[in-house]
Amino acid sequence: MLLNYIKIAWKVLLRHPFYTFITLFGISITLTVLMMITSFLDHLVGSHYPEQNRDKSLYVMNLFLEDSARTSQMGGPISYDFYKKYIETLKTPKRTSVSSMITSANSYINGKRIKVSTKYCDTNFWEITNYEFLEGKPFNQTNIANGDHVVVITDAMREQFFDSSSESVIGKMVEVDNEKYKVIGVVKAGPVTRILTFSDMFFPYNLPKSNYQRTGLQGTFVAIIEANSSSDFPEIKSEFENNVSKIPVPIKMGGTKYSIIDTHAQTYTDTMLYGVFHKEIGSKFYLVVGLVLLMLMGLPAINLVNLNVSRILERASEIGVRKAFGAPTRTLAFQFIVENIFITFIGGAIALILTSVGIYIFNRSGLILYSDLTINLPVFGVSLLVCLVFGLLSGVAPAFRMAKMKVIDALKRQ
Amino acid sequence: MITLNNIEKVYQTSTIETLALNNINIDIKKGEFVSIMGPSGCGKSTLLNIMGLLDEPTKGEILIDQKHVEQYTDKALALLRNQKIGFIFQSFHLINDLSVLDNVEIPLLYRNSSAQSRRDAAREALEKVGLSNRMKHFPNQLSGGQKQRVAIARAIVGKPDIILADEPTGNLDSAMGNEILNILLQLNAEGCTIVMVTHDESMAKKTHRLIRLFDGTQVY
Repeated sequence: MLLNYIKIAWKVLLRHPFYTFITLFGISITLTVLMMITSFLDHLVGSHYPEQNRDKSLYVMNLFLEDSARTSQMGGPISYDFYKKYIETLKTPKRTSVSSMITSANSYINGKRIKVSTKYCDTNFWEITNYEFLEGKPFNQTNIANGDHVVVITDAMREQFFDSSSESVIGKMVEVDNEKYKVIGVVKAGPVTRILTFSDMFFPYNLPKSNYQRTGLQGTFVAIIEANSSSDFPEIKSEFENNVSKIPVPIKMGGTKYSIIDTHAQTYTDTMLYGVFHKEIGSKFYLVVGLVLLMLMGLPAINLVNLNVSRILERASEIGVRKAFGAPTRTLAFQFIVENIFITFIGGAIALILTSVGIYIFNRSGLILYSDLTINLPVFGVSLLVCLVFGLLSGVAPAFRMAKMKVIDALKRQ
Repeated sequence: MITLNNIEKVYQTSTIETLALNNINIDIKKGEFVSIMGPSGCGKSTLLNIMGLLDEPTKGEILIDQKHVEQYTDKALALLRNQKIGFIFQSFHLINDLSVLDNVEIPLLYRNSSAQSRRDAAREALEKVGLSNRMKHFPNQLSGGQKQRVAIARAIVGKPDIILADEPTGNLDSAMGNEILNILLQLNAEGCTIVMVTHDESMAKKTHRLIRLFDGTQVY
């Protein structure tokens, strides 16, 4: 029966090329936009290079100090000292890592000044992230203990600093902010949107410029906590909250007494949103995103409902014949819904091609440095789901309306 | 087999009320070939549509195999039409986007039958009306007579007890019309009950019984 429906749907498509073009154009452009959005969201919050463990990691980035009346607030990243005392000591996680927020520095190549981004990190950083070493290796505990001036650079930096990319650059020197560092490793660059792990150059955390010795709770660092599995999150969070609760308050700073310490171990998305809104709004955020997507789908779907009604109206005689020979309303409605979903899937296939081209152009455009938007499985899954919802949204109402038509009225419409 | 008691059908618009059928009482027996005649607009097709459960009367009772169908749901009516009744329309009502074979299969789509058994039954029905060589053609590649034979094949494919034919020869020349009538007579001889609306007196004479309508009223 399905084959029969699809045959009809295909014939109907061929019958009116212009109408088909309008329908498929509407569907494919809408789905392309949706797929680009889902791909971009996945790029921002999904687990991708070099943060393939993001789905089983928690982050501590924000620490807010507030007075008891909640009138004065001071927020920012955590200090290395805070990490050592309250995060490194956690028992539940698989491992923890500390790295500084991204900073910029000046470097000179053949007398020309270039700006590079820099990050200071510990050795665990290389375990928690999945940076691919193209040559060399990460710095280790010995480098840190010796205070070695070593650096891991990205392949993009290697191209900028050294003329020949075929020759190894390990052991060569780079100068950053008037200090010389020995290149110890070269990694494949990650996108700039992975702000907690992105950098052009990575230095050991204990080099003087990292300010790691700064005391107090706030500083310039962020901690990544890798759990054995995401099911450990509640336990890790509770252990962390317990550690934080032991910090003696009030804390006196600049004449203000801060008695509330507001910091949490959160998933990546929650961490980013908390930094902006200072509230746990993870679920609300997804709700808003969902509503926006629904609206984006809803508007063209409403237009398609009208187009579908006129398209199905043309087939009143067929409705009449099918009903006369025993098709119940539901079966007929199902037929039109199947047809609509079939057409939507064709639109989806076109959208998939358009999205692939769009993503290719976007990645090559350099709008986001080293961006790696892809149509991966989750994005493809969401796109398929979107196709299905779109097909249903634009097909159900006209299908039921037309299928309910009286047999005799349908037959007379020929 | 089909009993109509005191059937009345009124078409109503905001300004006019038209009485299409008035106090119709008919009993069609199993194995009968009944023709319905009358001038244009006298309610013949309306009557046939009510018999076939395609339209609802304003008043009156319909019994199919002694069972009242007035309270049947959409699903139950659809099932009854599917199992018991085959329709032949004057304007064929074939689906142009489907091949002859696919058109004939339609009634079987709404039964629990496999694709293969549907194909076989459709082929058999087409062979019966002499169109086995046109199975893969599309309706717009056929002559009027051939289209009506496809419509007959579609009507008989589900082996219904009753065939309702609304001017099946109305759009055909006399030779083709006779050919279609002969097929219907043959089906009737095989046990199928047939009710046919016609304008052709000579055709009506070949059937068992004639019901004549005038202005929505049964004359005899």
